[in-house]
Amino acid sequence: MSTAVLTRYVEQVMGLPFSLALRGRHAGDAAARDAWAAVVADLREADRVFSTWRADSWVSRLARDEVEVGECPAEVAEVLALGNAAAHASGGAFSVARPDGSGRTIFDPSGVVKGWAAERAARHLAELPETDQCLSAGGDVLAWTADPIGRPWTIGIEDPDDPHRIIARVPVWRGAVATSGSAHRGAHVVDGRTGLPPDGVRQVSVIGDSLTAVDIEATSAFALGRDAARWLRAQGRSGIVVWDDGRTELVSAG
Amino acid sequence: MRRIIFWLASTATVLVLLFSYHTSLGAATATTSTQSAAAYSGSVAGSSSSTRSSTSDSSTSSSTPKATTTTGNVVYTRYGPIQVQVVTTGSTITSVSVLQYPSSDPRSQQINAQAVPILVQETLDAQSNSIDMVSGATYTSDGYLQSIQSALDKAGV
Repeated sequence: MSTAVLTRYVEQVMGLPFSLALRGRHAGDAAARDAWAAVVADLREADRVFSTWRADSWVSRLARDEVEVGECPAEVAEVLALGNAAAHASGGAFSVARPDGSGRTIFDPSGVVKGWAAERAARHLAELPETDQCLSAGGDVLAWTADPIGRPWTIGIEDPDDPHRIIARVPVWRGAVATSGSAHRGAHVVDGRTGLPPDGVRQVSVIGDSLTAVDIEATSAFALGRDAARWLRAQGRSGIVVWDDGRTELVSAG
Repeated sequence: MRRIIFWLASTATVLVLLFSYHTSLGAATATTSTQSAAAYSGSVAGSSSSTRSSTSDSSTSSSTPKATTTTGNVVYTRYGPIQVQVVTTGSTITSVSVLQYPSSDPRSQQINAQAVPILVQETLDAQSNSIDMVSGATYTSDGYLQSIQSALDKAGV
């Protein structure tokens, strides 16, 4: 693509900033605004189904045993299946049902929903041919270039100690980068096996084809604490682990 | 591995499409196969640093289209140099062969470039123009406000 104008859109959904950058043919035009509106509408619909903060969401009703999975929209079963697969792959560190520390179990598919919903919503961007697209879902990024060997998107990996800085850059043509850590929310990820925040790791970034997959894998690796890098290698994934002593470890898929 | 094969396949497709496009241009503006080949070569020779351009033209007659072999210039891509050869009959491509691929190692590294982060020596100021988007631990609005992403969004760069 040319060094075309870059256009950006930002919207708060699910309590997170979603941000879209476009360059190329449709950057900034009416088709782009329509596509972005469709993306945002899609995300809001996902929020209505999956929000654990809304008492009337399907997921909240499911957590209260008011409905069965089979009565929910089909996406609920889809997301639960993803969560179960992730729990299996991470030996239980990733979980959509986790102990809250006081003996109760909290049902929380949030670890799956964000990346999944963003990747699904991004289907509306297919309406924008010859346009490079980069969608950020609260810090997890899905990139696409119209020309598969053209100019890539450059994704910065945030420094967990200073959000104004980056520790690495990743050129992405068509792929996704997700980061999980304790930087912005404190300890919002817990090890599903213990219910406790993971030990030894500050931040994990994972790079791959699917935003849904790397979002889950970044969370899983982070939840695994000191096993984060080893686990990523075993999955054949590339990524960056920042340990709590400040060391940075690059994991390159063979 | 599968991804590499897929990439190679798509590269071939891109090359073929590239040539198809120029072919139709050539067909629209040229009446003889010789001129068609010339238009071809000129189109492919987009790279100013190309030095190896050769056109071996087996056709001189414009009445009967014969097979014309045209070798494109070496084109330097991010993956390394690429050079292709096409055989045309009239305005139809009958074959495309790739004479020069980027050497295999850099290519496979570049194919997986999205899987190979580049660590910066010192942490970089992320407001630099070279960063399009930032991946960080899930933002809250507060975290977001102080983050670079908001600066990028505001600046619209």
